[in-house]
Amino acid sequence: MDYAYTLWILTLPVAMFLTIGLSGDRLKSNAAGILGTAGLAVIAALSWFTAFSYFGSGLPESGFQPVIAAQTTWLAFTETLVIHLGILLDPLSVMMLVVITTVSLMVHIYSLGYMHGERGYNRYYAFLSLFTFSMLGLVVATNIFQMYIFWELVGVSSYLLIGFYYEKPSAVAAAKKAFIVTRFADLGFLIGILLLSFNTGTFDFAALNDMSGSAIAQPVTTVFMGLSVSTWAMLLIFMGGAGKSAMFPLHIWLPDAMEGPTPVSALIHAATMVVAGVYLVARLFPVYHFAAPDSLEVIAWVGSFTSLFAAVIACTQLDIKRVLAFSTLSQIGYMMVALGVSGYGDEGVGYMASLFHLFTHAFFKALLFLGAGSVIHAVHSNLMTDMGGLRKYMPLTHLTFLIACLTIAGVPPLSGFFSKDEILVAAFEHNKVIFAVQWFVAGLTAFYMFRLYFNIFWNSDPHYHHTPHESPPTMTGPLLFLAAASVLAGFVPFHDFVTTDGKPLETEFHTLVAVPSVLIGLAGIALAWWMYARKNSRPESVAQTLHGLYSAAFRKFYIDELYLFITHQLIFRFISRPVAWFDRHIVDGTMNLIGNTTVSVSVAIKKMQSGELQWYIWYFTSGVLVLTLILLYLN
Amino acid sequence: MNLQSEIPLEYMIVLSTAVFFIGLVGVVIRRNLITMLMGIELMLNAVNINFVAFNHYLFPHRLEGHFFALIVMAIAAAEAAVAIALIINIYRKFSTVSVDDVDELKY
Repeated sequence: MDYAYTLWILTLPVAMFLTIGLSGDRLKSNAAGILGTAGLAVIAALSWFTAFSYFGSGLPESGFQPVIAAQTTWLAFTETLVIHLGILLDPLSVMMLVVITTVSLMVHIYSLGYMHGERGYNRYYAFLSLFTFSMLGLVVATNIFQMYIFWELVGVSSYLLIGFYYEKPSAVAAAKKAFIVTRFADLGFLIGILLLSFNTGTFDFAALNDMSGSAIAQPVTTVFMGLSVSTWAMLLIFMGGAGKSAMFPLHIWLPDAMEGPTPVSALIHAATMVVAGVYLVARLFPVYHFAAPDSLEVIAWVGSFTSLFAAVIACTQLDIKRVLAFSTLSQIGYMMVALGVSGYGDEGVGYMASLFHLFTHAFFKALLFLGAGSVIHAVHSNLMTDMGGLRKYMPLTHLTFLIACLTIAGVPPLSGFFSKDEILVAAFEHNKVIFAVQWFVAGLTAFYMFRLYFNIFWNSDPHYHHTPHESPPTMTGPLLFLAAASVLAGFVPFHDFVTTDGKPLETEFHTLVAVPSVLIGLAGIALAWWMYARKNSRPESVAQTLHGLYSAAFRKFYIDELYLFITHQLIFRFISRPVAWFDRHIVDGTMNLIGNTTVSVSVAIKKMQSGELQWYIWYFTSGVLVLTLILLYLN
Repeated sequence: MNLQSEIPLEYMIVLSTAVFFIGLVGVVIRRNLITMLMGIELMLNAVNINFVAFNHYLFPHRLEGHFFALIVMAIAAAEAAVAIALIINIYRKFSTVSVDDVDELKY
């Protein structure tokens, strides 16, 4: 099977980025949007075609094997240490191609309506194309170095899109925060890459993930500070993934990233970019499993804690996009948990469940964000206190939002139920504590999503300045499509396609896990209905009763303040200021001294250049005389 | 009567040195550009005396010194032409030929 055409999946978006970006205002706004959307439709069609030909060609005896569709050598350091650029197709990357291009296409179409008449419409589409290019390059990378390059490109496009409204100081601050935090995490990633490649002598995923090969044997046995080098390397690589995927304690950038346009939040900060960390761990999963099982344990606990932590905060936030942001954190926590508890081969339920959840989450979370965007478009506010009773005005948005909420709450037979159930099964078999936490978070998820839903679409009508109206078809179309995807994605036989070793996985239905998780979901919905369906004083009295917890969660557990304290009070004061002083006074001082000395000497002797001819003659003659006398004396 | 036997080379050198320093002092102390130019001519002529004298006394069968003296004269004539053209231009610009008043070209 020849997959060389997949190169177009990468070249088209970069071509669109250059076309739209360089043409600037010469391109009419509508043309830029339509060009971007049409280009993305082609890419999405190519990705679907790739998926069908990859999975549709029938299951080989040994499971789905990775295919290198295209490859070129970029840098060759030594015989073995060679960096390639290429396209790797395996079940994981093909699945990601489909998710990214589909959600991206929906966001492009949606933005035609949402961003209509905005300043910088062309810039917006150019950046979207850049992002799509980077993200696609990331998932098809054949080696960890190529992945790192695209990883950083993704970070840059995220920065550009968060700071899209660059006239708003809060957007600029959020963009900087996102960039700096993820960049800090990428430092760990880079060190991890260097450690890993130094010890294995290769960057290629194929060689790293080959457990019969010798590449990984040495770092496993080398011990540094009580842990094997491979554990260190994989933990550091996970740090990069935790930064991008906003795992605690590197999560602080994601809620602020909601300053970007809502479709961007849907695409980058819900469906695609933030799951890059999950993708990274999944991509290197054999290495994690065989060479660094301790780091998998860390991943499971970090994921579990993040999902609980974010879910609690999500219950208190008022900005609807922030609720969704914390919900994203919580759901990515689920994916990390599933990877952390997973085994390999026949035990690989967690791995499959994690990617299944990634798959379904991309659709329903994009739907939630786009629905929230539709609401914000109508009400011109992000705060749920300014909303209420919108079901009368926006029937389509209401319907699709309800479907998304039911999906994320895990109500059968919607897709969220299947994927979350698999995760809970995997957690149940591995660790009962993690299972209990995830089970409780499932209830919290249902509660905060329906708190959002009831506050937006039910509750009492605030006095709108002008009557809210349903969004245009370019916006409701993607909502309907994504709602259909959220409903149907659960029926994809995912365990046949994406597994640790490419072979189909037998999964069974665990009544013991499924029934309690559905029940706690329904309980969460019921609690939300009781508190928020109609205007009443129950939320206030609950907040009064749980005063300490409520205000701490409302303030996001003071993590931002802690970061500010550490950076401003400790790092800036005790490290940055002295360093700056040294730089300004010692380093710059030396240079200034040299410069100033030269200047003052020049000032002192410039009077000799008097312009008076005869003095010059006098100096010259005296000089010749002196030289002559010296020469005579020397001889 | 043989001049060569009666006037020694030292006399010639003393003469040329005297002429050279008279010219130098003229260049240094006189303010008038024309007078300074005359000083320079004196210095050039002192060199000419040296050329001819050394040639005559030390290498009587060769002619390089004479030719150099001729070249110096030609150069002096050319130099005088250029210098006078410059002086005329300076006079047009500054209405003076005194070097004290022509000191624009400085720091």
